[in-house]
This record gives sequence, structure tokens and C-alpha cells, in this order.
Amino acid sequence: MDDIIKRNPLRSLIIAILIAVFLWLVFAPWPPELVAKWGRKQIFLNALLGGITLGALYFLVAAGFTLIFGLMRVVNLAHGSLFLLGGYLGYEISSLTGSWFIAFPVVFLVVGLLGLLMQRFIFSKMEGEELRQTLVSIGISIVLADLMLWLWGGQSYSILAPGFLTGPMELPIINSINASTGATNWLRYPAVRIWILIAAIVIGVAMWLVLNRTALGMLIRAGVDDREMLAASGVRIQLVFLAVFGFGAGLAGMAGIIGGTFQSLSPGEDTRFLLASLVVVIVGGMGSIVGAALGSLIIGVTEQMGFVYAPTYSVVFTFLIMAAVLAFRPHGLLGVRR
Amino acid sequence: MAMTDHAPRFANRADQKLWFERIPAPWWALAVVLLFLPVVANNFWLFQIMGWTFILGMIGLSLMFLAGYGGMVSLLQMTVAGMAGYMVAILGTSGTVTVSLGLAWWIVLPAAFLIAALFATVSGALAVRTEGIYTIMITLAIAAAFFYFTRQNYTIFNGYSGFNLVLPPQLFGVNWRDPVPFYYLSLALASLSYGAVVYVSRSPFGLALQGVRDNPRRMAALGFNVTAHRVAAYALASVFASAGGILLVWQNAQIAPGTIGIPAAIDVLVVAVVGGMRRPLGPFIGAFIYVMLQVFSPDILGFFGFSAERFKLIIGLGFLAVVLFSPDGVLGLWDRWRARRRQQQDQQAGGGAA
Repeated sequence: MDDIIKRNPLRSLIIAILIAVFLWLVFAPWPPELVAKWGRKQIFLNALLGGITLGALYFLVAAGFTLIFGLMRVVNLAHGSLFLLGGYLGYEISSLTGSWFIAFPVVFLVVGLLGLLMQRFIFSKMEGEELRQTLVSIGISIVLADLMLWLWGGQSYSILAPGFLTGPMELPIINSINASTGATNWLRYPAVRIWILIAAIVIGVAMWLVLNRTALGMLIRAGVDDREMLAASGVRIQLVFLAVFGFGAGLAGMAGIIGGTFQSLSPGEDTRFLLASLVVVIVGGMGSIVGAALGSLIIGVTEQMGFVYAPTYSVVFTFLIMAAVLAFRPHGLLGVRR
Repeated sequence: MAMTDHAPRFANRADQKLWFERIPAPWWALAVVLLFLPVVANNFWLFQIMGWTFILGMIGLSLMFLAGYGGMVSLLQMTVAGMAGYMVAILGTSGTVTVSLGLAWWIVLPAAFLIAALFATVSGALAVRTEGIYTIMITLAIAAAFFYFTRQNYTIFNGYSGFNLVLPPQLFGVNWRDPVPFYYLSLALASLSYGAVVYVSRSPFGLALQGVRDNPRRMAALGFNVTAHRVAAYALASVFASAGGILLVWQNAQIAPGTIGIPAAIDVLVVAVVGGMRRPLGPFIGAFIYVMLQVFSPDILGFFGFSAERFKLIIGLGFLAVVLFSPDGVLGLWDRWRARRRQQQDQQAGGGAA
């Protein structure tokens, strides 16, 4: 760390100033001039938190996508369909049993099993033929999308969160200070989103720990680097592939429940989240969990900030970020060229 | 990702024939059938089925050119077509007078081609920053971004509703949206595009592009600019896609974000893959199959007691079957069938001679 600062004093200074400005924007009460220019602080904070929580959702979808790509070189364009399927199944289960929590393990198992079957019977048959695998995944996504349209129709569904998660919670961030009384208004924010953010962070950290601290993680990392060598050294790599594919698919399914809870489920959401995963892994770097986290954060915050401050051009910002990353770092911010 | 193979056709000086003698008989038959189709076919066939086939075929052809000769599977071609179509609506006349500029057709058409080519070149330059399977992801992301942008933006693209009443110019006193003129217009443009692709594939540029597809490092070592060839391929392919896109706008008389959405982009891929991406004819065959399915599947589905909306399911399953069992499409099936028959004939002939 010291080393980096010593080597790039100017760049470090700029980054430090930017971080300081950002922290001040978040924690300090805004002076009236700034409010006059940018609108109320609450709008900014809501956009920021909305972006971070959206980024958490994107991370849950994209993490499986990037793991599957990194290990198996399969660009699974049916990943968005798995997300939507998970959401619909979660809706059915939670309205059937009345329990939001029971939906998660069930959906994880069912969608994960579907992923296992896809890997076992389709993708493993055409290993190394990347284009064909991608085309097959497109075919699967067309079929799944139409089946889901058939079963659940075109209307949009919302999954109800359990009672203690609904309603707002207070965060230790100053929203505004009442000028006449001097009382501090703390920021109130939907509790369910905060909990989802925490859950995503926990899952992300757990994935990182599994990948970097366990024997299975060692196998997966070795497979990402050189799967032929790993297979040649006696590891039953097909089992590792199955495990990763099943886990990635299950994670996408669980993300579907979360997506259905704080947004809604309807046909077309599959492409939206597929696009989000694509952009996130292009920006963050393919096959990197930390990259997916970074990419999700950037894309989520950009999207929400864009929606609030420049509604007609919000997509363009996302796209410009992707273009800039491709122009300067074609393999993503944290991607490694292989 | 070798998809196209041109067997070298060296003709001896002795049996050098005139150009029309070298075109095989089936092609002449096809040309005669297509030229005289308006005599027998009704307007629905001419305008809806054949017109749409040619349009989809041209957009698929631009994908086939990139994928087959350049090794770059781009999901961007529908977006490029849509860009040209949008430009015709924005620069020319449409029902949305607040946005459309209403310029003359001889400014609108070249401008539409140019802007679409520019868009394709810039996107292509981004897409060729990485290789192989990344291309499909990046082009899909660009296509989706453009779709969401047109849906959100009301000042240029008129948002969700898009443009309607976009009509072709009344050139030479002909209403080009009448079925017969539109049929001949789309037939002419499709044949031109087809001929251009065949010609380019045998030109030095096309050969270099195929070299880049097969071994970029060797081509770079030989002094070819790999990136420039790829970007130029995107630019050239945009011309075919734009022609298709402009015809599409005229045929429907409207364009909206739904025209260029992700399902549409994937349809173009389906068309090219089902037909076969090895030869320029493939996309047209794929387009014909797609259009026939689209038009007649409600009847067939209704016969079996399904709802007519399950058309996409048939398309998806058919696409899956093609990709799983015949990755080089219908044309590949046909090639294999012919090769097997020739082999059998050879065996029979060989047996008789011995």
C-alpha cells in the first residue's frame, strides 16, 4: 500500500480527495447552496443506496455467470432465464407455504438441479465448442422464456417480504437538520433492501473464502487457470464443473426471489438481468468474483444515479462505462488475459 | 471457428466457359421462379412472406458475412438495421411531425446508410477489442443498450411509441409499398447483397478476412492489419443490414423499440444458424423457414389444440435441434445428404466397372 502511494503520489492524492469528498457528501449535512444546485440530500442518498442495493442484486446474478464462464468457458446466455424462473418459483412457493425463507433453499435446489442437468446432458457434450455452447444456451433461453410466458402469463408478480423486513429502518446517516429546531433527521431506508445488501456481502465473502481458503476452491481456481492440467493430474474435473454450474444456477434462482421482492417479475426481466450480468462481467473482468462485485457496484450505482439525475440518458452512462473499460482494459478491470 | 470453406475452383483454359454457362441450372431455375412469382402468387405471399423473407435474409446475410468469413458472431446486426430504419424515420417523413425532419429522399437514404455504417464501425471497433466468445457478449450488450436507449429517449427516438406512417418515396410514380413493386425492390436488393457477398468473399479483402478468421497471428505476421480487417468487415456488413432495415421500416410503415429488441436480435441469429452460416445462401433459406413457421404455425398449433402464441416455443425447440444435431444448419444437412448419395453412387458405379 505504501509502495503504491510512493510510486503514484499524484494519483493517490486525487483518489484520497475524491474519497474524502464522497464521504463528506454522504455523512455531512448539505449546505443550502449545494441543495439548491443538486436537489435535496435525500434524493442523492436514496439514489446511492438504491444503486448499492441494486448492485448487490446484480452481484448475486453475475457471480454465478462469471464463475461458470471462468471455469468452463461457457457463456450461459440462459442465465437470465434461470433468474426469472427462480423468481416465479419463489413466488409460487412463498404464496403456497406462506414463508418467504423456505423459498430460498427450495429454489436453490430446483434451479441448481436444472443447471446440473444442463451441464451434464448438454454443455459437457460439446466441451471446447464455445460458440455452439453459447448458441445452445440461447436456444434454451428462448424455450424457457416461452414456457414461463405460458405458465405465468404476461402480468407482473411481486413477492411479499415477511413482516419484520417490511417498512423502513433508520441508518446512522444524517438526512437533514431541521433549521428551526436543530433536530437531526436520520435517513430512513427500506429494511428489506439493507438486509439484502448484507446478505449479498455475506454470500460474496463466503464465496471468496471458499475459493481462496478451501480445497474445493483450490480445485476451482486451478481449473480456471488450466483445466487440462488439472484433469491430467487426476482430479475428476467433471464433478467440479457440475458443482460450479449447479451452484451458479442456484444462486441466480435465489437472486430471482430477491429481485421479485424488491422489484417485480415479468417477461423481459430475464433479458434485463442477462444484460446486467454481461455488462457487470465485461466491466469487472470475466471469471473474477471480486471483479463481479466491483462491476456490480459500479453498474448499480451508475444506473440509479442516471435514473435520478438524467432519466433519458441513464442507459447511456452504463454503456459508456462499458465502452471505456473495453477501450482501455479489454479484459475488464480485474480480468486477467489468458 | 472455421465455418466457411471455398473449394478452390481452378478452371482449365480449355474448358473455360462463358459466364452464364458456369452458373448451374438450379440457379437459373430459381431466378426464373423468383422473377415470375408475381404471376402466380397473391399479394399476401409477395408482400408478407417473400418480402419479409428477403428482409430477414439480408440482415441474416450481414451476420453470416461477419460470422462465416470473419469468425465474429455479432448480435448487433438487427440493431444496425434498426439504426438505418430509425434514421429514415427521423430524417425523412413520418407520422410524428414533431421529431421527423422531413428531408428529401436523396439526402435521407445516403445519410441513413452512412450513420448506420458509422454506428456499426464504432461498435465493431469496440467489439474487436476482444476475441472469440467475448464478441457475442459485447455485441449483445451494445444491442440491449441501444434498445433501452431508444425506449427511454423521446427527443430523438420518440421513446416507447417510435414512429409510424414511414412510407417509401413515390419514385418514378410507383408506390413502392404496393405488393408487386415492393417484391421486386426487395428481390433486387437481396440479390445485389447476395452477389456482393459472393464477390467480396473471393476478393483479396475477403480472402484476407478468411485468413484472419482462421489464424489471426499468422496473418498479423504476414503484415495484414488484423484489427482493421475486422472493423472493415463490420462496416461492410452494415450496408446489407441497413438495406434490410430500411425495407423493414417501409414494409411495416413503422419502427419502434420492439423492432430492435433482444428477441429480434436473437431471431436474426436463429435465421442465420438454422439456414447455415457457411454460405451466403443460408440466411435466406433460414429466413424462409422462419417466416413460414411464423405465418403458418398458428394454424398448425391450433390443429393440435395449442394456443397460437406458442410459436416461439417451436422456434426455440427447432433452433435447439439444429444447433444440437446439425450445427451447420439446413445447408449442412443438404451437403451431407448429397455427399452420402454421391458416395453410394460411386460405390455402385465402382462395383459395376470392376
